[in-house]
Amino acid sequence: MARFSAENETLARSIIARYPRPKSALIPLLHLAQEQDGWVTDDAMAHIAELVGVTPAEVLGTCSFYEMFKREPVGRYLVNVCTNISCVLLGADDLLAHAEQRLGVTVGETTPDGAITLEGVECIAACTEAPCLQVNYRYRYRVTPDDFDSLVDDLTAGRLAEEIPDHGTLARVRQSPPADRLAGPVAPDDREVPVWMVPAGADDGGARGSGGPGGGS
Amino acid sequence: MTISDVPPIVTSRFGDPEAHTLERYRATGGYEALAKALSMGPDAVAAEIKEASLLGRGGAGFPAGVKWGFCPEGVWPRYLVVNGDESEPGTYKDRMLMERDPHQLIEGVLIACYAVGCGQAFLYVRGEMALAQERIAAALNEAYAAGLVGRNIMGSDFSLDVVLHWGAGAYIVGEETALIESLEGERGMPRLKPPFFPAAKGLYLQPTIVNNVETLSNVPWIVNNGAAAYTALGAESSRGTRMFAVSGHVRNPGVYEVEFGTTTFRDIIYAPVYGGGIAGDRELKAFIPGGASAPWFFPEHLDLPLEKVAVDKAGSMLGSGAIVVMDETTDVVRACLSLVRFFAHESCGKCTPCREGTTWLERILSRVIAGQGRATDLDLLMDVSDNISPGIAWPPRQTTICPLGPSAVSPIASALGRFRSEFEERIAAAEAARVTAVPVEIGAGAHG
Repeated sequence: MARFSAENETLARSIIARYPRPKSALIPLLHLAQEQDGWVTDDAMAHIAELVGVTPAEVLGTCSFYEMFKREPVGRYLVNVCTNISCVLLGADDLLAHAEQRLGVTVGETTPDGAITLEGVECIAACTEAPCLQVNYRYRYRVTPDDFDSLVDDLTAGRLAEEIPDHGTLARVRQSPPADRLAGPVAPDDREVPVWMVPAGADDGGARGSGGPGGGS
Repeated sequence: MTISDVPPIVTSRFGDPEAHTLERYRATGGYEALAKALSMGPDAVAAEIKEASLLGRGGAGFPAGVKWGFCPEGVWPRYLVVNGDESEPGTYKDRMLMERDPHQLIEGVLIACYAVGCGQAFLYVRGEMALAQERIAAALNEAYAAGLVGRNIMGSDFSLDVVLHWGAGAYIVGEETALIESLEGERGMPRLKPPFFPAAKGLYLQPTIVNNVETLSNVPWIVNNGAAAYTALGAESSRGTRMFAVSGHVRNPGVYEVEFGTTTFRDIIYAPVYGGGIAGDRELKAFIPGGASAPWFFPEHLDLPLEKVAVDKAGSMLGSGAIVVMDETTDVVRACLSLVRFFAHESCGKCTPCREGTTWLERILSRVIAGQGRATDLDLLMDVSDNISPGIAWPPRQTTICPLGPSAVSPIASALGRFRSEFEERIAAAEAARVTAVPVEIGAGAHG
């Protein structure tokens, strides 16, 4: 599997429809591809290019800029240990060294059974909970080496399968606005003055495309 | 100490674990501000926010109400982009607001779009924040179903779609023009300003307001209580309250909402209700007052208020509300490397002085730490820094499009300026080791 499944293609089209321009949906669609396959395949990028109306090279151009998109398979669980300032002050170097030892891999590598990929990452916005890490973008706070060992035990025994989905899945709640409630995307060439910005009493002729009030001043 | 007991504004629901639900939000006054705003009319709402002098909470501290007024008259459509890409090292507040009180943010977004006349809003949440994404998606679903977002909001003629959008791992996207590039599906590289000031030419080259999560989370309270109630809090140039994350070597690392501009660094680091002082009663060595980009402060700065003008004047910035405390045991060379490496890693590569400069700063610091430093390295660090930020002054000048490059200079200038001897000791040790090393015989082939 690499191109979108029929179900995901439908989902992809509904995501594109929410944006004024299709290309804006590139990052959400790359996330969807990664959710489907665990990483972003060339075939998925080609499919995204077709759906969005750009070249596969443009999709790769965007994809390759962003760190979360993996263009080769990673472990079922991606363990990201923070190595930035607040965590370094409280033992992140030791934690990362311990993680390498426990998993028998160096940073950037995956365990031979394909279960866990270890990465050292920049600040993940949990600075008051240092040292911290994420497993597939789910947080663990104030992690000791013993905590790390229990975490690995739990992951390999499948005890966290419910809390932590496989790599590629971020939010498990999707936006699903009912069609009859949607206001619809506003295209950049839609020059109409928003109706609520038209001063009371102005007739239609004055309201459309002729300037209107300068909001916000 | 002057600890005020001002009630919280943006964190008022943090004690309630169910505050992220529409039911609990409405039970605690939620969406009353939206109803009030709709009855006031857009211009009156915009005037109220301007009157409140609400400073942007993302880092630059620009007044939000003034920013809203920068959209050129008569140019439509306008867009709102919410910056939820929090990733400045030391910063931890927007994620909390998105996870714990997503409806407060959504209500702020709705009010802002109503006041400015934005046709569509995009809520850009950092890619690594899965729970925040879930909470906002759930909140939006509830709000759509309840007629609070979408077509004819609360039965009025105000209609707005709010699209939740995730990032995918890039600090630079927190810079507003890079955020817009990213939202257009591009590599997240900043645009040259001018001409691309977002309020004039932003998303799809239309007028676009980019506001931080905490900034917009203040808006419902201001509409409910009025600008006068807001300006009654805080100092003259820094109104209301503000969230600060205190991390590093303190007893109680935490995120605290305090009255803006009256609380001091000493209060927030040492008061038992905040940081609680340094663990083990060790001495303070240095602290970062506003995130990794900010020049460091030292013990003599402790009595400065957490107030924009005073901190700017003292040579740093409150930035993103991130206070990182380093005690006397801190290896400043190592601390400096972790900050510089961050900027080297996150440089988008568009501007040569930043792309090459931050990379070289990291390499030089790394070799100093690895015991391979050279006597010329400290001057070299300053020379490379000067190429990124001529004069190495504050506020920084820059040879780059955005401030990321100059941000890497802050930790270098601070650490070297204050603790030069710690760098010199490492280099002296390396030089001594080098003298005693046995020279390697080079074969004739190497010389051709």
